[in-house]
Amino acid sequence: MLPLPTLTQERENHWLDRFDPRLRLLCALLFALTTVSLQQIPLLLGCLLTGLLLAWQSGLRAGPLARRLLLLESLMLLLLLTLPFTVAGETWFSIGPLNASGEGLQRALQILLRANAIVLVLLSLVGTLEPVTLGHALGQLGMPRKLVHLFLLSVRYIGVLFQEYRRLRMAMRARAFVAGSNRHTWRSFGWLLGMLLVRSLERSQRVLRAMKCRGFHDRLYLLSENRWHSRDSLTLLLVALGCTYLLILERTL
Amino acid sequence: MNSPLIQLQDLTFDHPGQPVLKGVDFALHPGERVALLGGNGAGKSTLLQLMVGLYRPGRGRISAFGRERQNENDFREVRARAGLLFQDADDQLFCPTVLEDVVFGPLNLGHSEGEARSIALRVLETLGLSRHAGRVTHKLSGGEKRMVALATVLAMEPEVLLMDEPTTGLDEQAEQRLLEHLEALPQAMLFVSHDRRLVERLATRAVLLTDGVLVEGIMHRHPHVHTHSHLHVHAAGLDAGHEHDEQTPRHRHSHEEI
Repeated sequence: MLPLPTLTQERENHWLDRFDPRLRLLCALLFALTTVSLQQIPLLLGCLLTGLLLAWQSGLRAGPLARRLLLLESLMLLLLLTLPFTVAGETWFSIGPLNASGEGLQRALQILLRANAIVLVLLSLVGTLEPVTLGHALGQLGMPRKLVHLFLLSVRYIGVLFQEYRRLRMAMRARAFVAGSNRHTWRSFGWLLGMLLVRSLERSQRVLRAMKCRGFHDRLYLLSENRWHSRDSLTLLLVALGCTYLLILERTL
Repeated sequence: MNSPLIQLQDLTFDHPGQPVLKGVDFALHPGERVALLGGNGAGKSTLLQLMVGLYRPGRGRISAFGRERQNENDFREVRARAGLLFQDADDQLFCPTVLEDVVFGPLNLGHSEGEARSIALRVLETLGLSRHAGRVTHKLSGGEKRMVALATVLAMEPEVLLMDEPTTGLDEQAEQRLLEHLEALPQAMLFVSHDRRLVERLATRAVLLTDGVLVEGIMHRHPHVHTHSHLHVHAAGLDAGHEHDEQTPRHRHSHEEI
C-alpha cells in the first residue's frame, strides 16, 4: 500500500464523487487562478472561508489535514517574520535600525490567506481523488500522454518499491541494526539506497519484458469511465460566475 | 506425430562469465503439458524467456509455430502466440486498473477498443474475476494479482502457455482455484514449478534442467500404502470431534511394486 496516510475515510457515494473528476480539477484551477489575482484582505478572507467550508464538507480528516497544513504554515511563518522588514513603505514599528512597514505586513497577510485557501481547496477537491482517477482525468483533459503515463506508473510502483524498502529495512533491524550517527550507519543506509536503486532498475527491466510479451510497441492506452453530465457543466458555469464576481468586486471595492 | 509448436535445438546461453545453458534440445507438441524442473539458478526462467526472444541465445536454433525465429520481428509474432506468465505478478500488472491491464494485450494485437474490452470481460468472467474489473491493480491481494496476470495472458488468446512458478506465494485455496482453471485450458503448456502437487495434477511429461542440459524426466507413480500421524491443528479446549490417546501411531509405509 502507499506510504502516505489517506486524507479521507473510506467512503461511498459521497456528494463530491457524483461530479466528474475533470470538473473538480477545473474548479480547483479556476479557484486558484482567481485567488492569486485578489488583493483585498476581506475578499481573501472569503476565499479562505470557502476553502474551510469545502474541506469540512468533503469529509477531510482533521489530523492528517492539520499535519499537511502545518508544513505550509512553517513556510508562512518565515514570510510573516521577514516581509514586513523587507518591503518598503510607511513605518509601522521599528526594532533598532530595522523598520517594519504596514505594506509589508499586508503583503504577508495576503500571501498567508491565498496559500491556505488554495491548499485547502486543492486538498478537498483534488486530494480526495483516487490517484488513478486523477491520472485518467488529467489524460482526458489533454495533458501530455507521456506525463500522464509517468504519473500512473509511479502510482502503480511506488507501493511496490516502498514494500521492498520496508523488507530491506526490516531485515536490517532483524540483525540488530540501530541507526546512530556513525560511519557504519551511513554506510549501511548507502547500501540500502543503492540496493533499492538496483532492484528498481531490475524491476523496470522485468516490467518492460512483460510488456513486450504482450506485444508492447511504444503505445499505452487509457480506458476512462468518466462521463461529463449536464450538472457538471452547470456547476462549472456557477463556479466561473462566482470567480468573475470576486474579480469584479476586487476592482470596484 | 504432429509437428512441434516450439522447438529448441542445441541452445546455449551465458550470463556474463558463467554459462547457464550448454546445449538444450526440447520440443513442445500440441496438447502437452510439460513440467520444467531443476534446482535454483539452473536457468529455468531464462529458458522460458529465451523461447519468446527476451534474450538471444549464444548458439542454437529456436523454431516456433513452424518457422525458425531469429530477430525481434520474428519474436513479436511468437510472443502473441505464446503467452508468458511471469513469476512476480507485480512485474506483469503495470496498468492502473485491472480492465486496462487485461485489454493491453488485445489492443496491441490490433483489436479495436470495443473488441478488446469484450475479450477482456469474457476472460475475466471465465476466471471468475468480473467483479474486480474496475479495481486498482496495486490494491489486489497476492492471489488475485496472480489470477489477473493469468487473465492478461489469456486475453491474447495464445496457443501456448509458458508459466514461471505459477503457484508460488499462493495459499491453498488460491492455488486450488488456479489449478482448476489451468486444468480446464486447452493450450499446450510448459511450466516451471517446485510445487509437487501442481506437477502431479497438471503435467503430462517432465523435463529436468541440470548442468545446463535438459534431460527427459521419468514420472512414475507407485501405489503407496502408508499409515502415519500427521500434523493436525485445532484450538486447545475446543471439541474437535475426536479423542486424543496417548500413543500416536508410528509412521509406516511400504512401497509395493505392481
